[in-house]
Amino acid sequence: MIRVLVLIGALLACTGAWAAVSPDEMLKDPALEERARALGQELRCLVCQNQSIDDSDADLARDLRHVVRERLLDGATDEEVKDYLVDRYGAFVLLRPPVQPSTWMLWAGPAIIFLLGATAVHFYVRRRPTREPAAPLSEDERARLEAFVQRRGDTGTAAEH
Amino acid sequence: MKKHLLYVVPVIVFVAIAAFLAVGLTRDPQKLPSALLDKPVPAFSLPPLAGRAGDAPVDTLGLSDEDLGKGEVTLVNVFASWCVPCRVEHPLITELAEEGVTVHGINYKDAPADAVGWLERLGDPYARIGADENGRAGIEWGVYGVPETFIVDQKGTIVFKQVGPIQERDLEETIRPILEHLRS
Repeated sequence: MIRVLVLIGALLACTGAWAAVSPDEMLKDPALEERARALGQELRCLVCQNQSIDDSDADLARDLRHVVRERLLDGATDEEVKDYLVDRYGAFVLLRPPVQPSTWMLWAGPAIIFLLGATAVHFYVRRRPTREPAAPLSEDERARLEAFVQRRGDTGTAAEH
Repeated sequence: MKKHLLYVVPVIVFVAIAAFLAVGLTRDPQKLPSALLDKPVPAFSLPPLAGRAGDAPVDTLGLSDEDLGKGEVTLVNVFASWCVPCRVEHPLITELAEEGVTVHGINYKDAPADAVGWLERLGDPYARIGADENGRAGIEWGVYGVPETFIVDQKGTIVFKQVGPIQERDLEETIRPILEHLRS
């Protein structure tokens, strides 16, 4: 059991974060490399599309990582690097979609759907007839009920179904 | 009356979802809108393809943004010898060139010797070819999947981009009409 757990733990440790960045691409300056890695995780590999350029082994991803590092070495800010790629590949290259007319639906969608649902629930709850408190039994009804219960008790049959 | 309105709600929701899906599912997610459409061609300068056989001196020249526009409608085709779909579209590119369309090539991430061999075997429809061995000019052009084809108008503005091989249908339905429209 312990061996299995260790194995699972080891496998989990191997997955995920290990990027496709190979050591020879890395910048010497650790601070810049850190920024390059952070940027790489925000940028989409356009060949594989659902991977970041940091995770992808595609040729284009490697080229883009190279471009990112070159720009950083030239002293570009993170925003400038992103803008450079957006100018060429469009906003699609950003894994985190920017708020712009074509993505309004995307950003507003959950809120709109929530509001629609909340409105529907609101009206549903309000429309449901509020129950009036039950009218107390009249004298006659009480007597009949009494008689009924009495009779059941006499014969000894449980009225449980 | 109010109850009737309530019955309409699911219909409206259905129509809305159907409309979204109708648009969303028929779009090819692999095909991205080009960020470069309606923009001037990017600045780039590529050396000629080494070893390319050419009968005219112009054939020995590379390709740069200076060569595009200049009052002429041009097709810029990004190709590579390792790219299988490029073979598919090659006869159609050749057909366009034979009709008198100026077609320039960007040889993307290719070994020059391979590219030259490829052109010798299949024919060379290109007026100029720029050799983009490291793919940097490709990045300037926003290339992400070869082949890609751009139409550049007389002023050097990119008016059309196709990702993937040109097929007979693209030629008839989009490329020829655009070329004709630009020329008229």
